[in-house]
Amino acid sequence: MLLSVNSMQKMLTIISNVLKGSASKNVARVVAARTYADFTAEATFDVKKCDTHRLDDAPPTKSVLTREDALKYYRTMQVIRRMELKADQLYKQKIIRGFCHLSDGQEACAVGIEAGIKPTDHLITAYRAHGYTYTRGVSVREILAELTGRRGGCAKGKGGSMHMYANNFYGGNGIVGAQVPLGAGVALACKYLDTDQVCATLYGDGAANQGQIFEAYNMASLWKLPCIFICENNKYAMGTSVERSSASTEYYKRGDFIPGLRVDGMDILCVKEATKYAADLCRAGKGPIVMELQTYRYHGHSMSDPGVSYRTREEIQEVRSKSDPISLLKDRMLANNMASVEELKEIDVQVRKEIEEAAQFATTDPEPPLEELCNHIFYNDAPLEVRGTLPWTKLKSIS
Amino acid sequence: MDEELERDERVFLLGEEVAQYDGAYKVSRGLWKKYGDKRIIDTPIAEMGFAGIAVGSAMAGLRPICEFMTFNFSMQAIDQIINSAAKTSYMSAGLQSVPIVFRGPNGHATGVAAQHSQCFAAWYGHCPGLKVLSPWSAEDAKGLLKAAIRDDNPVVFLENELLYGVAFEVSEEAQSKDFVVPIGKAKVERQGTLITLVSHSRYVGHCLDAAAVLAEEGIECEVINLRSIRPLDMETIESSVAKTNHLVTVEGGWPQFGVGAEICARIMEGPALNYLDAPVIRVTGVDIPMPYAKILEDNSVPQIKDIIISVKKSLNI
Repeated sequence: MLLSVNSMQKMLTIISNVLKGSASKNVARVVAARTYADFTAEATFDVKKCDTHRLDDAPPTKSVLTREDALKYYRTMQVIRRMELKADQLYKQKIIRGFCHLSDGQEACAVGIEAGIKPTDHLITAYRAHGYTYTRGVSVREILAELTGRRGGCAKGKGGSMHMYANNFYGGNGIVGAQVPLGAGVALACKYLDTDQVCATLYGDGAANQGQIFEAYNMASLWKLPCIFICENNKYAMGTSVERSSASTEYYKRGDFIPGLRVDGMDILCVKEATKYAADLCRAGKGPIVMELQTYRYHGHSMSDPGVSYRTREEIQEVRSKSDPISLLKDRMLANNMASVEELKEIDVQVRKEIEEAAQFATTDPEPPLEELCNHIFYNDAPLEVRGTLPWTKLKSIS
Repeated sequence: MDEELERDERVFLLGEEVAQYDGAYKVSRGLWKKYGDKRIIDTPIAEMGFAGIAVGSAMAGLRPICEFMTFNFSMQAIDQIINSAAKTSYMSAGLQSVPIVFRGPNGHATGVAAQHSQCFAAWYGHCPGLKVLSPWSAEDAKGLLKAAIRDDNPVVFLENELLYGVAFEVSEEAQSKDFVVPIGKAKVERQGTLITLVSHSRYVGHCLDAAAVLAEEGIECEVINLRSIRPLDMETIESSVAKTNHLVTVEGGWPQFGVGAEICARIMEGPALNYLDAPVIRVTGVDIPMPYAKILEDNSVPQIKDIIISVKKSLNI
């Protein structure tokens, strides 16, 4: 049973923190009696078999999960969950304005995909992007500060909710479906530059009916681009259910000549295995591939949508109680002795703290200075003069 | 394009018929034979898709040249040009660049009728985040295209089908592999004293022809070739107007919200207003979809006599 020094130290810190915090509780004595040697280092879990389209095999139905990874995935999903809920709160306080599309409920997609690809791979998605912005390396601080439109935001307040970028992460895109040809283009660059990188190109069940996606399917297939087309099917495109928008709701088959997988998007291990399978396929030059993740969003389409006019509260509640991605992972971890309840609670406490601090920053950081209004129109360009609202107003733009 | 393809491995060309057909207008002749499938890519008829693919590839480190068989078809892809390419540097606060060139013939040809004859200078010229170029001479075409390809930003490069067949004298300097024409700077093609004619693309030639006729009557016209629609070189125009006191703009596109309209607005807002002895006259295409019959088509676009009449009107001759 080999555990890395790092994770051992982490565990000891967690345990000692719990001790400090709850010296008076009986629980502490129970925790003190347990050492790292009590936890399972690694366990194998069954994952649902993916439906396949034009594939002779499928992703494995067993997934090996280490304690370290389990804790990491748990934490990451909790960060996304709490970050989105914090955004909800800030929006209702009118500190965030404009569009805000939340992804609570869909955490296993972002975290599972990231687990299945490498940091050197690429990812692009549409506007429900906060979770992906985080998994691709941007801090919660910078994400929230971008939502609140402050200078400390990852796009300096210039982009907002739908336009966040990071290394190998191309946003954050506002026009439904436009990101799909873009993603195929990123994959083209991967192939052209002879890297073994892939591009995970995400879109929703609503976007799945966009013509440009079929144009991208055709070219990606023709040119064998290492592109994983991923349809995050959360059953509703704004207020339109999949039955009302799509003649075929088998989104994993929509690529026709492109092989496809239908994946349980609430099970992070299923998403991880499928993504890894898809990425391997692309790296072997057999791309592209389509992956449909069946998932669910708890919030409405955006903050202006209560989300209950086109679906029932019972439905939402049912998913929450039976298929919540974080609960599913947590139950697995506890049932297999991969972590303790206290340990996970401690992670929750830390996550809450991280989000609170980030929100504090996001609400107190100053807004971008007006002098920077016109910057970055161009990249790597000489400074230029920009007309202001009045003919004699000459504003400055530097790149 | 050949020189830039040779110079930088990240440069590639994609579009309909650009490879094996040698280009619908033969602009890319010989390139596929020389560079092969990887760098000269024939696309299916899917403008929105391949323009998006081109933009995505630029975001990920390549330097694509995306050809539209004509800019009329760019309307299918205009969302990718504006929302995915032009706005990205700004939206990302400079984190994400899009070094891409969109090129192809723009404006009317002959006998191709309404859907194939629109001039997009005003539409693209409207948008911040884009550079929009409109070459007239061979030097313009070469130097501006090289500048566009080397630029790290999205550039719309408006060629002209009728100009493809016109021969121009090219200087020694222009034959160099590093000959680049600066973006955003107009060129005075002909010095003059009495009136300034400003134009872009094909109509620069018309202005020069008109100027030759007028010269015989002792009217010396200064002819300015814009070269760049965005940024627009008002300084060159204003200096010229300060000298001549009269201005005529000539363009093939429609009048409403056009290039000439923008020039008029800026002249009025700027120092040159005080130098004008007469209102600016805009010579433009007729405000109709382009008809097919030759007589109708010929009378839908500026003719040399229109320019001559405008000059004389402005000068009150």
